[in-house]
Amino acid sequence: MKIREIVSLLSADILCGGDLLDTDVHMACGSDMMSDVLAFVKDQAVLLTGLVNPQVVRTAMMMDMRCIAFVRGKRPSGEMLSLASSAGLAVLATPRRLYEACGILYHAGLGRTEP
Amino acid sequence: MSEPVVFTYPIDGNNFTSAGGASVAVKQNLRALGFPDDVVRRVSIAMYEGEINMVIHAHGGTATVTVGEDEITIVLADRGPGIADVERAMQEGYYTAPDNIRALGFGAGMGLPNMRRYTDEMRIDSVVGTGTTVTMKVRIPEEGA
Ligand SMILES: Nc1ncnc2c1ncn2[C@@H]1O[C@H](COP(=O)(O)OP(=O)(O)OP(=O)(O)O)[C@@H](O)[C@H]1O
Ligand SMILES: [Mg+2]
Repeated sequence: MKIREIVSLLSADILCGGDLLDTDVHMACGSDMMSDVLAFVKDQAVLLTGLVNPQVVRTAMMMDMRCIAFVRGKRPSGEMLSLASSAGLAVLATPRRLYEACGILYHAGLGRTEP
Repeated sequence: MSEPVVFTYPIDGNNFTSAGGASVAVKQNLRALGFPDDVVRRVSIAMYEGEINMVIHAHGGTATVTVGEDEITIVLADRGPGIADVERAMQEGYYTAPDNIRALGFGAGMGLPNMRRYTDEMRIDSVVGTGTTVTMKVRIPEEGA
């Protein structure tokens, strides 16, 4: 799935990384606890979270992710956005809740392993 | 034989916002040195978890990363409260973090297990009231392996 499709599926705003919309991503992860995110490296490229602080961006950097989607309309600070763009991360904001946002992407096939 | 490359970082225990910055720097340095993605990721995730622990549980400390011929060693030393029961602390889901830390996205009790998962060797030396030193090693796979 391309980041562009995530933007449209989640009715998301693009906060940075508008040049990364054609990047292909294959796996996502949704959590508000960063050590849960860090527990399994499975080529997750998208982090969905309701947590907003610079550790979210650093966690995504550690995992070599490509995209962060903040849920429930949360807005990161300018400092977080500049950290994210320096790391080549696209940052999105969606009005959806975490559960909904994950469900929508999963249903659309992102990270789905079985039919 | 070349000299090992050593990176040392003071970890500020009063600044959660900057926590993890040393791990980001190490990640960039290891990449620049040409290490494979997998090695860079394992070292940086393990160090990041340890760095966050030093900030949220131990008022900061010092991180030292030594890049040797065949392994990368991470030493995280603090003068925090120490860990009374290391074996218990190593269990997934065990934490003592208060709610204000959990609201920051940490305190799931997964950090130490993650550090063990991503490293080839891990040792915790801790004395209650004195501090904790975590030593982790990641072996560098031979080229072409
Ligand atoms: N450097 C340290 N100094 C003192 N106590 C520590 C230190 N590191 C870990 N601990 C103790 O060990 C427990 C488990 O640590 P661990 O990193 O596994 O989980 P956590 O930090 O509580 O949560 P998470 O890492 O999932 O965000 C901590 O809650 C804390 O009590
Ligand atoms: Mg931890």
